[in-house]
Amino acid sequence: MLMPKPDQGVIDRRAEIIAAMRAIVPGEGVIADDAMLRAFECDGLMAYRQLPLIVVLPETTAQVSEILAYCHDNGVKIVPRGAGTGLSGGALPLADAITLGLSKFNQVLDIDYANRCAVVQPGVTNLGVTKAVEGDGFYYAPDPSSQIACSIGGNIAENSGGVHCLKYGLTTNNVLGVEMVLMDGTVLRLGGKHLDPGGYDLLGVLTGSEGLLGVITEVTVRILKKPETARAVLLGFNSSEEGGDCVAAIINAGIIPGGIEMMDKPAIHATEEFVHAGYPMDVEALLIVELDGPKVEVDYLIERVSEIAKGEGAIYSRISESEEERAAFWSGRKNAFPAVGRISPDYLCMDGTIPRKKLGLVLQRMTEMSDKYGLRVANVFHAGDGNLHPLIMFDANQPGELDRAEEFGADILKLCVEVGGVLSGEHGIGVEKRDLMGEMFTEDDLKQQQRVKCAFDPDHHLNPGKVYPTLHRCAELGRMHISRGQVPFPDIPRF
Amino acid sequence: MTEILKPDTADQVLDAVKWAVSEATPLDVRGTGTKAGFGRPVQAGRVLDLSNLAGITEYDPGELVLTAGPATPMAEIEQALAEANQELAFEPMDLGALYGNGAGAGTLGGVIAANLSGPRRIKAGAARDHFLGFQAVSGRGEVFKSGGKVMKNVTGFDLSKLMAGSFGTLAVMTQVSVKVLPRPEKTRTVLLMGADDTHAVAALCDALGSSHEVAGAAHLPASVAQRSAVGYVSGAGTAVTAVRVEGPGPSVEHRCKSLRDLFAPFGAVEELHSHNSAAFWREIRDAAPFTGDWQDHQVWRVSVPPTAGPIVGQHLRARLGGEVYYDWGGGLIWFALDARSDAGAADIRRVIRDCGGHATLVRATADVRQAVAVFQPQPGPLADLSKRVKEAFDPEGILNPGRMTAGV
Ligand SMILES: Cc1cc2nc3c(=O)[nH]c(=O)nc-3n(C[C@@H](O)[C@H](O)[C@H](O)COP(=O)(O)OP(=O)(O)OC[C@H]3O[C@@H](n4cnc5c(N)ncnc54)[C@H](O)[C@@H]3O)c2cc1C
Ligand SMILES: Cc1cc2nc3c(=O)[nH]c(=O)nc-3n(C[C@H](O)[C@H](O)[C@H](O)COP(=O)(O)OP(=O)(O)OC[C@H]3O[C@@H](n4cnc5c(N)ncnc54)[C@H](O)[C@@H]3O)c2cc1C
Repeated sequence: MLMPKPDQGVIDRRAEIIAAMRAIVPGEGVIADDAMLRAFECDGLMAYRQLPLIVVLPETTAQVSEILAYCHDNGVKIVPRGAGTGLSGGALPLADAITLGLSKFNQVLDIDYANRCAVVQPGVTNLGVTKAVEGDGFYYAPDPSSQIACSIGGNIAENSGGVHCLKYGLTTNNVLGVEMVLMDGTVLRLGGKHLDPGGYDLLGVLTGSEGLLGVITEVTVRILKKPETARAVLLGFNSSEEGGDCVAAIINAGIIPGGIEMMDKPAIHATEEFVHAGYPMDVEALLIVELDGPKVEVDYLIERVSEIAKGEGAIYSRISESEEERAAFWSGRKNAFPAVGRISPDYLCMDGTIPRKKLGLVLQRMTEMSDKYGLRVANVFHAGDGNLHPLIMFDANQPGELDRAEEFGADILKLCVEVGGVLSGEHGIGVEKRDLMGEMFTEDDLKQQQRVKCAFDPDHHLNPGKVYPTLHRCAELGRMHISRGQVPFPDIPRF
Repeated sequence: MTEILKPDTADQVLDAVKWAVSEATPLDVRGTGTKAGFGRPVQAGRVLDLSNLAGITEYDPGELVLTAGPATPMAEIEQALAEANQELAFEPMDLGALYGNGAGAGTLGGVIAANLSGPRRIKAGAARDHFLGFQAVSGRGEVFKSGGKVMKNVTGFDLSKLMAGSFGTLAVMTQVSVKVLPRPEKTRTVLLMGADDTHAVAALCDALGSSHEVAGAAHLPASVAQRSAVGYVSGAGTAVTAVRVEGPGPSVEHRCKSLRDLFAPFGAVEELHSHNSAAFWREIRDAAPFTGDWQDHQVWRVSVPPTAGPIVGQHLRARLGGEVYYDWGGGLIWFALDARSDAGAADIRRVIRDCGGHATLVRATADVRQAVAVFQPQPGPLADLSKRVKEAFDPEGILNPGRMTAGV
């Protein structure tokens, strides 16, 4: 992976930069010691590592603003970092950049039940938001599997999803407002407790921008009252196609379940051996369908789902009869990554989205690729919205296996695009998928996206080398060749 | 006479924009022009009429995604969705009657470009939340796309969000993909009679804070309620507060009962069934109380935190007269006032300054919309950033100049 060439001039000024940072963030908030910097050398994509120039952990928006203004004026790059659980290398440090950690922004500032929102600092964990309100029966809906650890700021930067996103939306649908700091130190507020602020939807484009547009320093999210009850049903099928067809049949019957997840046989076996969730071992595909709402609704819909599944050829069906049983059904799915980590020394977690009807084809081709590369793969699938997580198993200690795994992964993602899908459903592009962007976008598509970057950060100081394969200078991107009066009147109907 | 360019294909849209750039001739970009009264009057010599870029190109109900030409009539979209028992969950409003035109006109591209969302906004999100991807021609005269035709996607910046609500000022969309959802099997509305604005919004907040997935929460003061075409509402003789629940039959009945219990301490309670519910929420959605005899009034849409709604509503009427009604649990105030040259803009924006929010002038004559900031003015740094975003797409100011902000 080729990262932008570090600026030796900046590295030479390290001592001066440390002093400047210490003047802004007193005490232990500036980390310059190599041993301590190690803790920040990678995020959840552990195949890539790099020591940052230094790490700064500010505590106030004013400090963030001063840090960014200093870096802007002195040509120093910034890599924002939440909890470092990202799976695409978005928070991968750069040798000539300050890693700006938001972990000290860990306060819940305001809980406003009447307006159904909570105002929190970006370093609060995803689960921390729910914890702050669950005593009163509320929760924050998007629930990535990493929710114990990942930060809400990181969630916004990655537009994270979870198993309940089909019904309740992704991060972007649940964030009402932010305070953010631009690279030049300007502090902005976007949105708030009211809906749909007019003007361009900058909050919308910030969400999922992977730390390239600004540093988020405060977040207002929608909170919801917990559904009265929830029940889940496990459904087993002879093939993934049948499982996929069943999902379509449920949706076509007008039912949008609270969660609808699928696992293939390798994933079922890996998780069952790890957590003993009680999954059937003799099915090719397993669906977990969860219905939530008032008891009458849940009982009614779970019957209908079971009926539909029977019609679609389900060979196994079990409805949860207690909260413990429901939790057990989910325990396997929620531990799928560590479960695969247990049966393989290393694994790569891919994250493409496909039109659901292409599932059969994609899994079939993946099996062929698995043979070709000689690497095993297990699949977990957010089946409702077509978001596929193939887990490619390999051993980094075997020469060449990492490269083969990465090639295999790239082939899968190219296949996702080929069948009409996209490179990332929820983990982001980061460095991991950066060089595949051309599979999906033309040069003009990418340039237009980068022009938006230029409107926020014209010198590319914020998280450079991520998401976009080629860094164009903003002046070059903005240039427009206009031949005044030279274009003939277009040959189109006019009135 | 303004010349109208009417491309048949995306390639011709590209030709038209390239030509306009070279001639420095701004374009007034239109679907069918049903919302020409929304936003500031565009200062453009030529109209780019997209009405031939119509038709649904891809729709597989099981995938919950629909792709269409931007000028596909909403009527056509609604019909195709209805046949599969689906809908656009954000409930786009039909501004036809508000502008004194017929209902049932307008295009999908127009709905997205104006980010129009109705009462279900509070549960299902806005148009922007259902807009998955597009192809377009930028004001630079370049073809580009963003997003996709799948429901979950973090592949590059989400430019769809920028396009939604940009009123055609950034790029001309030539194809759009939206998320669609099943229609609820059953709908009911619980009505609370005679509550004043403050109690009504308190009741609505309770309902929204319950687990009943409330899909509409409105309050009509008595003078507004009496103009409803729904007998239960106009006949009440009092203020009417309403919450909507949707879903499978048994569930709706259960939720209705709980909400009736929740409302009981606030006053007398009634219920609307499917047919009346549909008619009632259409009125709320389309600002029906301010159409017809009210055509001469200016109309504002004011978005605030729901709990601030009643105070804002009270201050608006005290300062400027007129009438209000509330949607979005109190968070959206529709305000009609006697026409005046400044449309009361400064007063209105002073009223909402402390609670946070924004006010948009949705109906006034062109000279007023020319003189008054139609959209909420932004603080300096935010306005500067928005201007840079505009320049990133349309540096020459070719597309709908002035539609959102004077000089942008
Ligand atoms: C249940 C329901 C029923 C409804 N019923 C109907 C119905 O039966 N029939 C119906 O037609 N509508 C219906 N509506 C929606 C209707 O209310 C809107 O008024 C209509 O879509 C207006 O579109 P327009 O193209 O005329 O807007 P315009 O006024 O042409 O455009 C508005 C703005 O969008 C910009 N714009 C337009 N197209 C583009 C583009 N391609 N690229 C960039 N910018 C663009 C314009 O420049 C302008 O700034 C209904 C909605 C619902 C929910
Ligand atoms: C076991 C495991 C399971 C996971 N499951 C899921 C899942 O189910 N769904 C899902 O969507 N993801 C999942 N993830 C991925 C990851 O947890 C999410 O992407 C998460 O949102 C990252 O948050 P973070 O705080 O760790 O961010 P980091 O990894 O620290 O950073 C991620 C990106 O956000 C930027 N960033 C962070 N904070 C800020 C800020 N305050 N301002 C601006 N930019 C910022 C960084 O620069 C970086 O580009 C999983 C990860 C693991 C390890």
